[in-house]
Amino acid sequence: MRVRQLQLSDFRSYAHAQVLFDDGPSILVGPNGHGKTNLVEALVYLANLRSHRVASDAPLVRQGCEQAVIRAEIVHDSRRLLAELAIVPGKSNKARLNKTPLARPREIIGALKAVAFAPEDLALVRGEPSARRRYLDELLCARFPRYAGVRADYERVLKQRNTLLRTAYLAKKTGGRGPGGAEMATLDAWDAHLARHGAELLAGRLALLDDLAEPVAKAHAKIADGRSEVTLAYESELGDGLAADQDLLAARLGAALAGARAKEVERGTTLVGPHRDDLDLQLGSLPVRGYASHGETWSVALALRLGAFELLRADGAAPILILDDVFAELDATRRERLAEYAEAAPQTLITCAVAGDVPERLTGARYDVWEGEIKRVL
Amino acid sequence: MYDGALGDLIEELGQLPGIGPKSAQRLAFHLLASDSADVERLTSALERVKAQVRFCENCGNVTEAEQCGICRDPRRTETLICVVEEPKDVLAVERTGEFRGRYHVLGGAINPLEGIGPDDLRIRQLMVRLQKGETKELILATDPNTEGEATATYLAMLVKPMGFKVTRLASGLPVGGDLEYADEVTLGRAFSGRRDVD
Ligand SMILES: Nc1ncnc2c1ncn2[C@@H]1O[C@H](COP(=O)(O)OP(=O)(O)OP(=O)(O)O)[C@@H](O)[C@H]1O
Ligand SMILES: [Mg+2]
Ligand SMILES: [Zn+2]
Repeated sequence: MRVRQLQLSDFRSYAHAQVLFDDGPSILVGPNGHGKTNLVEALVYLANLRSHRVASDAPLVRQGCEQAVIRAEIVHDSRRLLAELAIVPGKSNKARLNKTPLARPREIIGALKAVAFAPEDLALVRGEPSARRRYLDELLCARFPRYAGVRADYERVLKQRNTLLRTAYLAKKTGGRGPGGAEMATLDAWDAHLARHGAELLAGRLALLDDLAEPVAKAHAKIADGRSEVTLAYESELGDGLAADQDLLAARLGAALAGARAKEVERGTTLVGPHRDDLDLQLGSLPVRGYASHGETWSVALALRLGAFELLRADGAAPILILDDVFAELDATRRERLAEYAEAAPQTLITCAVAGDVPERLTGARYDVWEGEIKRVL
Repeated sequence: MYDGALGDLIEELGQLPGIGPKSAQRLAFHLLASDSADVERLTSALERVKAQVRFCENCGNVTEAEQCGICRDPRRTETLICVVEEPKDVLAVERTGEFRGRYHVLGGAINPLEGIGPDDLRIRQLMVRLQKGETKELILATDPNTEGEATATYLAMLVKPMGFKVTRLASGLPVGGDLEYADEVTLGRAFSGRRDVD
């Protein structure tokens, strides 16, 4: 998969931008704050419907504007695809594929597959479980776009159920009139749907993990010279060693919800389900979080991304690789290893403030980014 | 901004669902330019709809009598009741021509985010209806979205232990969708392929 052309309107600092990309590595060089990351961020957003830098959409729209538009021409298996996305914060986004409007923006997921590695990815290792869940879910959706719907369904049920629990909780706390008996009885119905959608998402994540463990371990061995092995494990309230069997998971999730009911009513929120799970990372016999050194943390984060890249490539649609501001953060050995991946990918977009940070062997197109102007120089 | 009567009209029209300020303005100026007779017909229609239309005491559908045309029709059977969210869903199902039973209009779906619980829907009236003993099967045709599905599950949990056969419209309906917008063929197929609720 390759991006032939990228056009932006009112995205981040760009009023208008248009860039043509070749196959192979492209290096975007320019001083801090001149718009390098903004450019590749548009592609990350188009691929995942989420930025790799911010959780909300508002900062993506140029100051003073109502909406941002990302337009990309994608080539895959010698077919051309025009993917267009309008980001309208506070309202719903609009997406088109080859000029045909999509009923839901999330249907555009899968049109472009991209794997991005950026300094923010240290949070994959050091940060909250939500960062790791997002990592798994974004990869799951990139492989099987129907999971974008599964996730949306799960989140909607969760939101409704939490609202009901929260109303009951607040009423109890303030002594006000809360949900009546009939209303609380609907919890059983919400449980059934939470268990069903939750089990589907859970089964997807578990199956993904089965496929992902090896490519991640391999990538890590390559980057860190195979000193200790990285292992991934899924961490859930439901226990260890879960199998990706949807019916079984639904039954177990249903039972866990029933068991947690009293506590949930007391706390006013849903305490079991895939929204509480985590991806457990181990380096050798120690957990990565809290134990790994700075360099080791970088290696694990990088291995997670490169493992995802290898997995998507093995599926048959090699994603574009985006390396945003990372070479400056790595030591010489890791730079070289990363450069090997960058060379092998069908298309790699690299941003850096100092050209010298990118290994010399990575030859390809060069773009200067200066005050929002992008000029191809090599 | 416009003052007086015109301003008031624009404001009122703007309160209607799906009508933004621009459309409200366009409609208001359209009405202003229309014949008096046309506007009188519209006014009278508005007045009559409020004065004459009410909800069927049996099923909750719209009607001008105590009971709606479907509930009064002797060829329709109470053995089979199709539960829908809104009166407009009755029309959608009627268009398929597949269904010979009667309806029960809930008046919405369970939706904690909007503060709608079972007591805000016509669920108690449904229970009273079922107590009469004529009904054998309940078809749950709430919208195929999160709230409609939860409502269907809640109803199934309520009436299945009472020994009724409960079915849900077969998939094929777009998920996250609205019954009203399903086309006749899809909805018809969903009716004939309805499945048991577990
Ligand atoms: N919504 C927005 N509207 C206008 N300008 C914005 C918006 N969002 C970000 N910017 C501007 O874009 C610039 C950041 O651009 P970007 O992150 O692409 O920099 P960069 O070239 O990657 O820099 P670095 O080398 O430091 O990573 C900042 O100056 C910021 O003020
Ligand atoms: Mg940057
Ligand atoms: Zn009626």
